[in-house]
Amino acid sequence: MTKVFTRPYSLKDVETHYCGGCGHGIVHRLIADAVDELGIRERVVGIAPVGCAVLAYDYFNFDVCEAAHGRAPAVATGMKRARPDLIIFAYQGDGDLAAIGMAEIIHAANRGENISVFFVNNAVYGMTGGQMAPTTMIGQKTETTPRGRLMEQEGSPIRVSELLAQFDGVKFVERCTITKPKNVNRTKAAITHALRMQIEGKGFGFVEILSPCPTYWGLQPRVAMKMIEERMIEVFPLGQLKDIEEKK
Amino acid sequence: MSRKGLMCGNEAMAEAAITAGCRCYFGYPITPQNEVTAYMSRRMPEVGGQFVQSESEVAAINMVFGAAAIGARAFTSSSSPGISLMQEGISYLAGNELPSVIVNIMRGGPGLGNIGPSQADYFQATRGGGHGDYRTIVLAPASVQELADQMFLAFDLADKYRNPVMVIADGVLGQIVEPVEFSPKETANLPKKDWALTGCSGRAPNKIRSLVLGDNELLEHNRKLQAKYRAMEESEIRYESLETDGADIILVAYGSPSRTCRSLLKKYRQEGYRIGLFRPITLWPFPYKALAEAAHGSRMVLVVEMSAGQLVEDVRLALLNDSIIRLLGKPGGEVIQSHEVQSEIEKIIEEFKIKGR
Ligand SMILES: Cc1ncc(C[n+]2csc(CCOP(=O)(O)OP(=O)(O)O)c2C)c(N)n1
Ligand code: SF4
Repeated sequence: MTKVFTRPYSLKDVETHYCGGCGHGIVHRLIADAVDELGIRERVVGIAPVGCAVLAYDYFNFDVCEAAHGRAPAVATGMKRARPDLIIFAYQGDGDLAAIGMAEIIHAANRGENISVFFVNNAVYGMTGGQMAPTTMIGQKTETTPRGRLMEQEGSPIRVSELLAQFDGVKFVERCTITKPKNVNRTKAAITHALRMQIEGKGFGFVEILSPCPTYWGLQPRVAMKMIEERMIEVFPLGQLKDIEEKK
Repeated sequence: MSRKGLMCGNEAMAEAAITAGCRCYFGYPITPQNEVTAYMSRRMPEVGGQFVQSESEVAAINMVFGAAAIGARAFTSSSSPGISLMQEGISYLAGNELPSVIVNIMRGGPGLGNIGPSQADYFQATRGGGHGDYRTIVLAPASVQELADQMFLAFDLADKYRNPVMVIADGVLGQIVEPVEFSPKETANLPKKDWALTGCSGRAPNKIRSLVLGDNELLEHNRKLQAKYRAMEESEIRYESLETDGADIILVAYGSPSRTCRSLLKKYRQEGYRIGLFRPITLWPFPYKALAEAAHGSRMVLVVEMSAGQLVEDVRLALLNDSIIRLLGKPGGEVIQSHEVQSEIEKIIEEFKIKGR
């Protein structure tokens, strides 16, 4: 019999605290797969966000630290500057990265820090109970937009990938999702590519992953995946926004 | 090899950090400590180190966090408004037990205040500043040489206790130019940084976190931190007690006001008055016991500070006798002039009929 599923060595064999159907677990797994395949487990350092993925250091089987809410790109900068031989990635949610931590991500990206950032966009604040995020869609109901997000009051969802892709310091940007096997594979390839570019010293790589939060979207896991396909992708188009390697 | 030269406090502090083996400096410009960022931008590349002009003090302190987490010696400096922005990060550094050095060249506040020299961040530095039950060792130099020496000490203490250490000085000390000598000291027996995130090669993964959710776990973590703070109180108190034995009047001051007091000391001693100076060098842990001993039997203790009454609170805690404490506190980013101290001393001499020669 051939084994079709093996847990990546870079992922601990523990139960996570994520809700059923949550995207965080899938993204963790893809990162762990990429780390295994690139053979960098013993020189990778991850940075967990403040958000639902705060306990990522209990799940990854390599060195991980926490960062204050939104500050992971600054922490990553300090690490990479001090030890360029380590492979540093920041894992961040949309509140962490696009609200409180917007300054840190923009400037780390613009400096072209040789780090990788994995951005889990679930259009909502999971950890604090489903409030509006900068990426919440127009009309989307959340704890703090009970009548749905209104452009006139709350502005429109921020497209972080497009924002960052314009900086010369940014070398790779792709927006992916994990709704079906094809997309999952694409996400894993993008994560692997960002890490490989860092290994080769090619600079800042950014992967945005549209990810379900069934709990605070108030949807069954399967319906939540459909929501991404039917509504979210329209606001946040999938695809590669930048890859300096392509041009050659 | 030791090197000598004339330098302003800000540059001396920066060079001392490099001599202490620090190769990571992150900072955001703010007066009156802009010489540090300028100096580091030039000097760090020369020694193979890293300088980042960060986008904010929030980012700077978190860059320090990152460098400290992988085991490097890192420091940042700023002035009062910038240090306020760093408080979240300092709390995280304390909670995560990351060795790090933060220098505050204080200016007048509150708010944007002014750029004059000040000591008004005493509470912020000695009482925590950020959230949670934590302490930072706080060193207070009174000369350019001492500022440089304290940078060596700060890095060592940070490593020894796995804790952030602050050096605070008023703007005068950042700007004043004095002779300074850098003599790298061998640092004895600092603990190995086996907790650092260096990649889990040949060992189990390390994690650095301050989120502690298990039953009683945070209580235990806090108890461990508190035990560390008690050890600091046991071993790290530093002060200078000058001619306080049998003195009628004792001046208490740190930083540049202590220099003003010191020069007055000479004048009054020559006139036969018994007057002494007590200078705390660690503001936390504060030398409560030493001050109580020094002030024993004195008629009046005059606290001189460039703030409205912050240091005086520790003096009150030390002496537990308000009737022998006077305050000359000057807020607003203003230097305390010698004649102002002198007039307070004259008042005390008159009131208590203290005799000179
Ligand atoms: C300084 C600070 N402000 C607020 C919070 C509370 N907080 C924790 S997580 C979070 C938002 C997390 O949302 P997101 O980044 O989208 O991650 P998710 O939980 O959805 O994965 C907030 C506001 C905090 N921990 N620290
Ligand atoms: S609240 Fe949402 S983001 Fe958080 S674990 Fe549950 S499903 Fe995932």
